[in-house]
Amino acid sequence: MHAPLKRTATLAAVAALAATALAACSTPDAEGVPGVAEKTVTVGTHQPLTGPAAAGYASISAATAAYFKYLNDNGGIHGRTIEYIVKDDGYNPANTQTVVRQLVAEDKVFALLNGLGTPTHSTVLDYLQQQDVPDLFVASGSSTWNQPGKYPNTFGFNADYVTEGAALAKYAVEQKPDARVCVLGQDDDFGEGILQGVQSVVGPGGVTDAQTYSTSNEDVTAQIGAMKAAGCEVNVLGTINGFTALAIGTAAQLEWFPKWHVSSSGGDYPTLTGYLGAEVAPALLQGMVSANYLPFSPGGEWAELFTKINDQYNGGAPFTGNTVYGMSVGYLFAEALAAAGQDPTRDSLVAAVTSGKLVGNGIVPLSFGADDHAAFRGVGITLVDKGIQDYEGTTYNVADGVVTSVQPTPVPLANGGLPGR
Amino acid sequence: MNAPTARILRRAAVIALLAIAATFALDPFRNYQLAVAAACFAAVAGLSVLVGLTGQLSLGHAVLMAAGGYGYAITASAVAEALPGAPALAFLTGLLGAAVVAGALGLLLGLAAARLTGPYLAGLTLALVIALPSAANVIPALSGDQGRAAPFFAVPDGLASLIVVEQWHAWLAIAVAAVAVTPLVILRRGRGGLRMRAALGDETGARLAGVDPGRVKAGAFAMSALSAGLGGAVLALATQSVSPGAYGLGFSLLLVVAAVVGGLGSIGGAALGSALVVVLPWLVDTFAGTLPADLGRRLNGNLAVLLFGAVVIAVTAAAPGGLARLLGRLPRPASPRAATPTTEPHEPAQNPER
Repeated sequence: MHAPLKRTATLAAVAALAATALAACSTPDAEGVPGVAEKTVTVGTHQPLTGPAAAGYASISAATAAYFKYLNDNGGIHGRTIEYIVKDDGYNPANTQTVVRQLVAEDKVFALLNGLGTPTHSTVLDYLQQQDVPDLFVASGSSTWNQPGKYPNTFGFNADYVTEGAALAKYAVEQKPDARVCVLGQDDDFGEGILQGVQSVVGPGGVTDAQTYSTSNEDVTAQIGAMKAAGCEVNVLGTINGFTALAIGTAAQLEWFPKWHVSSSGGDYPTLTGYLGAEVAPALLQGMVSANYLPFSPGGEWAELFTKINDQYNGGAPFTGNTVYGMSVGYLFAEALAAAGQDPTRDSLVAAVTSGKLVGNGIVPLSFGADDHAAFRGVGITLVDKGIQDYEGTTYNVADGVVTSVQPTPVPLANGGLPGR
Repeated sequence: MNAPTARILRRAAVIALLAIAATFALDPFRNYQLAVAAACFAAVAGLSVLVGLTGQLSLGHAVLMAAGGYGYAITASAVAEALPGAPALAFLTGLLGAAVVAGALGLLLGLAAARLTGPYLAGLTLALVIALPSAANVIPALSGDQGRAAPFFAVPDGLASLIVVEQWHAWLAIAVAAVAVTPLVILRRGRGGLRMRAALGDETGARLAGVDPGRVKAGAFAMSALSAGLGGAVLALATQSVSPGAYGLGFSLLLVVAAVVGGLGSIGGAALGSALVVVLPWLVDTFAGTLPADLGRRLNGNLAVLLFGAVVIAVTAAAPGGLARLLGRLPRPASPRAATPTTEPHEPAQNPER
């Protein structure tokens, strides 16, 4: 035997012994509930705190964390405070893989909450399923999250994109029946879902022009130019905040001012103002139509509570749709955790969501149930007028591709927004 | 099979088994990191041999990894869908797909590379990395920024009570990395390695000796691409996805950093470099987590890059042979291009070629 080989063999023997002594650190163990301690419950999330999507969405997790601080200061849920671990994935699916594994394997989170993004979160679905981690309230409206058979632990939070697209198109044709409707969508599930929803209302041939963009290319001049040339009157946007601002700004540069009907994921007035600048935003965004399902109405009791929490626990960060979104996610999780019982397990948490008894704080009823893992089946239409975005009154329910007008059913605020008491 | 080849194969088997044994000592997240490091190792080893032996600087090995990843994801998904009961078959055909796609791209690049030298080749490969996101958006099969999903392979039933999925993926990663790297070691020691050194040393001289530098260079590039492609397949296996965002310019340059820090031409050095590339960002992330949120967030993502820069400068200044030379038990004086395969010691890590 050659010397190096002998050395390697000795090393191998030593390592094998050491390995046996350390006795399989990766062996599955089933003791206790991960993330649930006597006084705390640990949950984690992946969010874009850096990178291209950060400017539009980094404030969500800060708002959720602020709500949890408020909840913890008021006794938490069943005597346990909520530890919220936020990991940055830079909206890059490769990073999402790493940070989610870190959350599950290293930080031993009880559940994943509000992981943000379709491309990012879809890469960890199988992993979370295999690890049996509750995957609650994904921050995306992709219908991927609504597969109870394949992913029984995964639940969405946003109204799904098809619903939003259908509602936005329905509102357009109700305002002007012969309007030339066009769609600009992100080149993934987001844009496709919006387009599909619009088509369900105006028919496949009813869309005058459909354009797509990719987040890696921050220029939509070609798409906007084509839509202008096609004579579009109502543009339904399946765009994230940054690209909504880009599209509206580019159109303004081309001196084109059509109607904009924007998905809730990219139609937040304060955030868009941040992109476009406070001088021109009120003029450019005047009359912008969007969809929403959360109680953000200025002056409403939820908005007032959230403003108070934002000032007290979030350092008075700008109050935007993201703030309402993040805190609503926190509220819904607190409600689910309270419903999961005195000593929650992963199973009881998922059962609490599928029970259909969660109420949330949306302006349309939550649709969670045993065979429905989508949060909202309807949306309300919002309008921007003189720099203020609020519900216009029209609310739609979308079921099996049929859009019907319904009355909004806002949830009254109780117990200071603290569930379980 | 001649004696040196048999010895290399034996040693590869021992090292692979050793690595597999080591997975038992690691927790699931470390095993995931090990799988990612194994993926990088396959790519960095190929790159290191390419740069170290033929002097062709490729800044685009991330694209070759991506090619392998896409090849793997597309083939494995198709087979897994057609035959849901045969994960092993899906995995193996996926690897074959990765090898074919990455090998074909590597051969094409290699043919161009044979006609380009130094900065021009670096520029060509760099352009490829920059073009990847656009290519992913233009070619429908690559599904744009969202990328392709690769099938998830759960732990086989017989092992399910013993190991978790991360460890299982680490095993597969180690096995594939061994299959990818061992041929490089054999090539490096044998006639192929001699030809590469000849082509690097003096092209005219090599030609006079009957060695066609163009063919040697193209072949070396294709070999290196195969290895990188298998690395990409491993990454797709571990992360169940392939997207252009995962193979950006930063990652591509990190592969070069790993090769340089480890020691160009050295396989052991490539292993060290890959481990560094995986562990350092994680260490920085852990460290940034202990800082105040605002400062931590600002440092996160930037600090790792800064540290890599510092490490490259430090290693190049203090130990031009890389970590492999530094850790070698018998440091030998630098003998650029003098060593021939027959005079090499058995441990390739001890004698990085410059």
